[in-house]
Amino acid sequence: MRFAVRAVPPLLVLVVVIVLWEMSASGAGRRVIPPPSAILSSGIENFEQLRRATLATSYEAIGGFILGTVGGLLVAFATSRWLTARDVLLPVAIASSAIPIIAVAPILNNWFGVLNPVSKMMMAALLVFFPVLINSTRGLVEVKPASVELMRSYAASDVAVLRKLRVPNMLPFLFTAMKVGATLAFIGALVGEYFGGSSDVLGFVVLTSMSSGSFALAWAGILLGAAAAIVAYLIVSIIERVAIPWHSELDAS
Amino acid sequence: MTSHSPAAAAVRLAGVEQVFTTSAGGMKALEDINLSVAPGEFVSLIGPSGCGKSTLLRIVGDLIQPTAGVVEVNGKSAHEARVKREYGMVFQAPVLFDWRTVEANVRLPLELMGMERRQREARVREMLELVELGSFIRHYPHQLSGGMQQRVAIARALALEPTLLLMDEPFGALDEMTRERLNSEVLRIWGQTRTTVIFVTHSIPEAVFLSTRVVVMSPRPGRITHIVDIDLDQPRNDQSRETERYFELVTDVREGLRGRRSGGSEGRLRAEGGIG
Amino acid sequence: MSTEPEVELQSSAASTGVPSVPVLPGEPSRRQRAVRRALSFTLFVLGIGIVWEGAKWLAGDKWRLTSIGYEHTPPFRIQQLSDLNLPHLWDIAASFGEPFQRNANYSLLNYLIDQALFTWGEALVGFGVGAAIGLALASIFVHSGLLERAFVPYVVASQTVPIVALAPLIVVSFGRGLTSIVIIATYLTFFPVTIAVMRGLRSPDPRAVELMRSYAGSRWDIYRKVRLPASIPYLFTALKIAAAASLVGTIIGEGPGGVQQGLGRAILTFNQQYITGPEKLWATIIVAAGVGLLFFMMVQLAEALVVRRRGGGPRTA
Repeated sequence: MRFAVRAVPPLLVLVVVIVLWEMSASGAGRRVIPPPSAILSSGIENFEQLRRATLATSYEAIGGFILGTVGGLLVAFATSRWLTARDVLLPVAIASSAIPIIAVAPILNNWFGVLNPVSKMMMAALLVFFPVLINSTRGLVEVKPASVELMRSYAASDVAVLRKLRVPNMLPFLFTAMKVGATLAFIGALVGEYFGGSSDVLGFVVLTSMSSGSFALAWAGILLGAAAAIVAYLIVSIIERVAIPWHSELDAS
Repeated sequence: MTSHSPAAAAVRLAGVEQVFTTSAGGMKALEDINLSVAPGEFVSLIGPSGCGKSTLLRIVGDLIQPTAGVVEVNGKSAHEARVKREYGMVFQAPVLFDWRTVEANVRLPLELMGMERRQREARVREMLELVELGSFIRHYPHQLSGGMQQRVAIARALALEPTLLLMDEPFGALDEMTRERLNSEVLRIWGQTRTTVIFVTHSIPEAVFLSTRVVVMSPRPGRITHIVDIDLDQPRNDQSRETERYFELVTDVREGLRGRRSGGSEGRLRAEGGIG
Repeated sequence: MSTEPEVELQSSAASTGVPSVPVLPGEPSRRQRAVRRALSFTLFVLGIGIVWEGAKWLAGDKWRLTSIGYEHTPPFRIQQLSDLNLPHLWDIAASFGEPFQRNANYSLLNYLIDQALFTWGEALVGFGVGAAIGLALASIFVHSGLLERAFVPYVVASQTVPIVALAPLIVVSFGRGLTSIVIIATYLTFFPVTIAVMRGLRSPDPRAVELMRSYAGSRWDIYRKVRLPASIPYLFTALKIAAAASLVGTIIGEGPGGVQQGLGRAILTFNQQYITGPEKLWATIIVAAGVGLLFFMMVQLAEALVVRRRGGGPRTA
């Protein structure tokens, strides 16, 4: 009941926005920013094409997400043990967040083939890799010194400390990165497609429908891409709730 | 369940010294510490900040290696004793793992030791009953009060049935009433398990109430200045806090801390002219 | 900043700058580690160079360095390491000096710097406007529960939307040209700033607020003297991320944006001409990375100046 009451203001806003949009889109604007009704009907007309495209793009994004997460975790485990390795890799990883990595998309297309979904997967993986690496390393390293002392007082081996202390400590950090990564993966896939890709992906659909003037279709494609990213984010959130139930209670925000 | 009588520890410290090297040069945290603790004793270490009592405790627990001197627990080196898991340690903060339930937290040392599952479960339940938290088995640490969390930490420390229990100001963060209650708890547990205890504290009443002997230390450099035998009757209870002998002993310890007394049963003594 | 993992912004990478590692006695001091970090960073870059050329030596195209008369045929062959896909580092370096196009009369380096400044300018405008909007929105939301409840879910949800992918559409919707691109940069900036500043405005110890009230301080006073100063660290965290995000948005928007200048356009152009000169595309990417790093460091510098000034005396509010 309380949830319903709290949901009212944002829902109201959504409804108002949609209604205003529907009513106000007019004249030349109507072409480029079509009213929601036009977008909806375009979506239904082109359902089959959009469905295939969404799945193809999602495939690239999810593949890249998995690659990036696994890669980030592996490197995190490897570097968490050696302070020197950390000192070398982490500033680089952090600097990478300042660099528009997306700029290598054309290079990846050239390497793996423009039509090959792997090139987009690599773009997604690159974007996901760094946040996962940084967060996982933080989680493995930033344990309370008192906890380490406790484990030592029990003569715990390094492996035991890793398994029973560092890894559980790392999980909340990892999930934060994975939630961010879910979005980044879709960005990587879509932008990779903008630089060139097969005809069966959302990026292509959006670009070509734009240049041919079917803006309603373009918007439909974009909204679907956004929806897919949101779904991915929600799935990660659900997995997080299941995997670390204790954390959501602690983290009251 | 099991009436518990471990081969209790004897702790022997001889000529123990600890020097920390900092950027400002060497800092002598402990100087010439000599102390023997008999099996089953309850010894408190008390002194102002910087007197090295926590350092000393960690040396006994082999978490720090002394720069000089000999540390023996049960006739073996401190290191061996730690590797053989003969200690239980309780810190100032409960240091529980957020992601484990109360039961899982107490189970931790048993897992590390490789105890078999059914035996583990039995032991965990026994320990939690001992600290009277049996009904909180499935709770998470953040759902418990500070005092309860410390009780879980004590249960965990006792899980391996250690011969020696080391406690570093475990009740420092709690309010006075909870503290007094937990003091009685600790005594009850000590009575049942007959573990040897070394207990670091800031609180004179607490030290006198709990211990068979109180070791007074002073800083710069950290050393033992005074030892008070506490000859209050056992088992102690709230009544014991109100006897005249109790007040005399508290005064004794206080004077020792102020450096006005010298003498005692053991240890290297220095007549102190003023507060450390 | 707390060490609690926060569901924060795009890339939590820049969130605290450097992860704080508990320093135990025996480990090197903060300053020593900073020096070591700078050194290792340089070594890392050198290392990349070695790996790059090393890989090409093992599995690239045939090496033919006529200037020093060195020839080498690598034992293996991996397509991705060919001269077309992974040009030699010295070729890339050399291309900076060459004219950026046949018959052009200035060098690639000059050309790229011009484009970089152009792109940076767009990003900076969007960044500034976005930061201002974010600050304003955050201040409003913190003071009005109703507005917050109505709009913040969207602000939060928007972080999960691949906004950057919307870039071409925004550009087309709002017309070709600079305006659209600046809009993208603004959009990418104001969301993280809003969220972070909200958190910052709420961060002060409630007792500090109570203290102000006991002096009959108005809400405006409290805002100015307690909340705003408290939000500064949070603001700068968001700005570091927004810097990168606005830059990325600008570069991507320039493609469909129809502007004839900028790094985004340069990337598209050189991508089309890849066969004739792959080094130029790589050079562009390096310049783009450089701009990103410089922008990030500028924000860090600004942060250091602001924080130092504030910590410098009891007069600072």
